[in-house]
Amino acid sequence: MSMLIKQGLVVDPAQGINAIKDILIDKGNVVDIADCISANIEQVINASGLVVIPGLVDMHAHLREPGREDKETIETATTAALAGGITSVLAMANTAPCIDSAQAVGLLQKRIQKSARANVFIAGAITKNRKGHALVDFRGLQNKGVAAFTDDGSSVDDEKLLSKAFGVARSIDALIICHCEDTMLSAGGSVNSGIISTRMGLRGISKESEYKRVERDIGLAESAGAKIHIAHVSCAESVEIIRRAKQRGAKVTAETCPHYLMLCEEDVTDFDTNKKMNPPLRSKDDREALKQAIKDGTIDALASDHAPHTENEKDIEFERAAFGVIGFETMLAVGITALYSTGVIDVDMLVQICSTKPARILGINKGTLVKGSDADIVVLDPKHEWVVEKRDIISKSKNSAFLGKRLKGRVAHTIVNGELAYSAGGVL
Amino acid sequence: MGGWKQKDLLGLEYLTKEQIEHLLVTAESFKEVSTRGIKKVPALRGKTVVNLFYEPSTRTRVSFEIAAKRLSADVINIETETSSIRKGETLIDTGLNIQALKADIIVVRHNASGAAVMLARHVDISVINAGDGWHEHPTQALLDIFTLKQKLGRIEGLKISIVGDIAHSRVARSNIWGLTKLGAEVTVCAPKILIPPEIEKMGVRVTDKIDNAIHNADAINVLRMQFERDETTAFPKQLEYFKNFAVTEERLKRAKKDIIVMHPGPINRGIEVSSAVADGEQSVILEQVTNGIAVRMAVLFLVAQGRRNR
Repeated sequence: MSMLIKQGLVVDPAQGINAIKDILIDKGNVVDIADCISANIEQVINASGLVVIPGLVDMHAHLREPGREDKETIETATTAALAGGITSVLAMANTAPCIDSAQAVGLLQKRIQKSARANVFIAGAITKNRKGHALVDFRGLQNKGVAAFTDDGSSVDDEKLLSKAFGVARSIDALIICHCEDTMLSAGGSVNSGIISTRMGLRGISKESEYKRVERDIGLAESAGAKIHIAHVSCAESVEIIRRAKQRGAKVTAETCPHYLMLCEEDVTDFDTNKKMNPPLRSKDDREALKQAIKDGTIDALASDHAPHTENEKDIEFERAAFGVIGFETMLAVGITALYSTGVIDVDMLVQICSTKPARILGINKGTLVKGSDADIVVLDPKHEWVVEKRDIISKSKNSAFLGKRLKGRVAHTIVNGELAYSAGGVL
Repeated sequence: MGGWKQKDLLGLEYLTKEQIEHLLVTAESFKEVSTRGIKKVPALRGKTVVNLFYEPSTRTRVSFEIAAKRLSADVINIETETSSIRKGETLIDTGLNIQALKADIIVVRHNASGAAVMLARHVDISVINAGDGWHEHPTQALLDIFTLKQKLGRIEGLKISIVGDIAHSRVARSNIWGLTKLGAEVTVCAPKILIPPEIEKMGVRVTDKIDNAIHNADAINVLRMQFERDETTAFPKQLEYFKNFAVTEERLKRAKKDIIVMHPGPINRGIEVSSAVADGEQSVILEQVTNGIAVRMAVLFLVAQGRRNR
């Protein structure tokens, strides 16, 4: 099946393209990009006035399958991802069972093959059952095809064990993704520690509980000469630690999430549990620091931390409600609204943080439209404004922090492996 | 100002200065009812008030019950144990059931901060917050402010100190919101471990020296020290607390002569306040209890009006 995308503004930083082009797709691959391609093609998409970019790579997602299919399934998650222009996701390992063995990876791969509508890459756990006591078989999991290792949801408290993990990862050139949280400092908290936790009468989660762990984990990775990626960076201090580590040549990369760029701690004072996540929304100053960090490259990637929860787990007292928000369907629009429309970054940079760089960090063959690459493509209307409504959410869970918010930028079409998989207004 | 439009009273954070003043004036007009031979007015006749208490409370619940009865409302009390993990009917479901029983006002006491806010978002009937976690206890603060105003004639420009476990006190938070909105200068005083982070951003002064809190203060509001919920080993021991923070006659000698001593009760005699002070001339503790009726009558009356006016 071939397809021609006509006259869109093609933005692909990996090959330095930012121009009106035609893209020819055949048998799942990009076969040509040129100013004007004339061919007798079955399917033509008129992208005039629209922007054509590589499909988004979301390197932080909780698909909940296996184990919590009441929250989300691989099928519902990837369908939601397509609506948000996300063509590849990295599935976190905190499922039930945990993805901590080659066997668990194999079972997950079968489910993905059966029901995934976008590309799903798998993260393996660092420790068995994410308990922080014993390392998984890194080589076994890598051979089975995991793209990274993470205990996300938990930090590895045991310093020696994590050092050992970095050593093994270094020897097989694997990536470890760190959820940085010292629960000795954060336990019992539900919002940022400071004036907001004080006003709300809730226990706080200090920034210290995050950045001290960021500092420790980067140090351990450096000592081992290993790569490290910091998940969901939420505060200025973490940014500064990462910035300095990069300056001295550490192999560190980092992501932040859309909610930290558009919202802040003050937005949670209405006790809306859909704005409760971990790490929590921080101060306006932290939000500014994150934007600057994206601008100067300290933060490499935008990742959704898509974390579906049922209403039963959210419509309860704030301190008892589950942490986490969904994010697939709003990530690109929040990126456009908070970063591009406000002039913080240009469209090239937007594509880099949403697609080019996360693909590179994970070492996967995605994030570009170079000839021969997989035809994962998003056709985007960056000017289209819309309001996030619960009834429009495709994800099985509706716990979006952006309900009722007006966002800019809408996905017109999503193409996965050369097939048109989503068009605005409906999944195909 | 026009008619009252709030169907709920969730906290003093959510009220304007004018609304707080309106509440106080309304309470003033209800105070007289409790001095009559027949202590009843028909203002809420035919209305049903449900006291939904998830935490043990005698004085607040009884005060609300008396207030509602003096307004001729029918009162139902539901007292229920809750725990963070125990499965059972959710707060929202309970609220919807009470609404389905055609009650008009829910007075809710809950151990989770924000519980009243959440409940009010899910029901159409009125919700009055009778204390939620560490968050707010608006009727307590209103009766404290009402008592102060009766004693001193004004709130603006007064120097008020709140002493005790500020970190875990909903009474402190509601008082801070109410007093600062009305133009008082508020100081909070506690051991450092019991001062919540960045509280100075609420517009208060902070000290860990009781003598600083007493010096120059027009009134001092002494909070109950809840040693029974001692969660941290760093919590000061009772004797040590008495030595360093208790309001005693000795300390009051260095205070303004007519300083007013308040306490939301129940008192720990000999811990946060000496018996001599609690029973002394400067104490208005029992007047607070009496004023609580008038204030809660005003709140019940106004939220019922607020629901009609919406």
